[in-house]
Amino acid sequence: MTLEATLLIAAAIFSVGLYGAISQQVVVMVMMGLELMINAVILAAAGFWWFLAPAPTGQVLLLVVIAAMTLEMAMGFAVATLLHRERQADMTDMATDLTR
Amino acid sequence: MVADIAFWGLGLVAVISGAAVFYVDSMARATYALALSFVAVGLQVLFLQQNYVGVVTILMMVMEMAIMAVYMVMFMGMNPALTPMSMVHSNRTAVATAVLTFLVLAAGILLVDWPTRRGSPPPEVTVSLGEALMGPKMLVMAVISPVMVATIVAGVVLAAHRTRYDRFGDDLKQRTPEDPQRGGVGR
Repeated sequence: MTLEATLLIAAAIFSVGLYGAISQQVVVMVMMGLELMINAVILAAAGFWWFLAPAPTGQVLLLVVIAAMTLEMAMGFAVATLLHRERQADMTDMATDLTR
Repeated sequence: MVADIAFWGLGLVAVISGAAVFYVDSMARATYALALSFVAVGLQVLFLQQNYVGVVTILMMVMEMAIMAVYMVMFMGMNPALTPMSMVHSNRTAVATAVLTFLVLAAGILLVDWPTRRGSPPPEVTVSLGEALMGPKMLVMAVISPVMVATIVAGVVLAAHRTRYDRFGDDLKQRTPEDPQRGGVGR
């Protein structure tokens, strides 16, 4: 268990999440990609805390990250529900009104 | 040594099940693959001695993925366990971006001369976290709570089927609300 190992695993999870967020068409799957990316941030932050500065402050930051992830999920589901209700859309390609 | 192997094993599980989210055919399986990835990361966080954060991550994510599975079934409009599907766009760009990101991050991780640990962990990590939250770091939690309330309100407003504008008109001046069924207090 080293800092490098922890960060490498986190980087791999982050990259997989990035792939999902870019490539997926279904809104909920895009959210899963974002979740994976935040998952990686949690792991990396935990690694930084343990291997570099194990003071309680760092753990508070981790709690903030977890709270942010929850809020992202809640708002994402609300937007997905709205999209589905307004135009029966469950794909990002069906909601491209703001693209040029 | 055993801890090292377990840590790497969990990391492998987290990455592979994370990748499986975008590989498996069914939405339900994808959701549970993501849950598995979160549980593995939560266990890794436990290995890094953060008991509270690790357990919170695992508990929260298992619940969240259970809810997500319901959403999947609701929105996909097909039998989520049986229909094979490939719903991707610009796959090649996405793969290239992901690989490039990993290479850049890995290069940074391996090349940076990381500093040595400053200070030592408190003997009771969870107790010290609780004391920090109830003491000097209370403002953080005090800020998060109104944000969460705002999220609840915004979530309900966005997802609500009928709002006050549907009931009382665009200028809200209509005296009797337009409801599908009459009744209720005062009506």
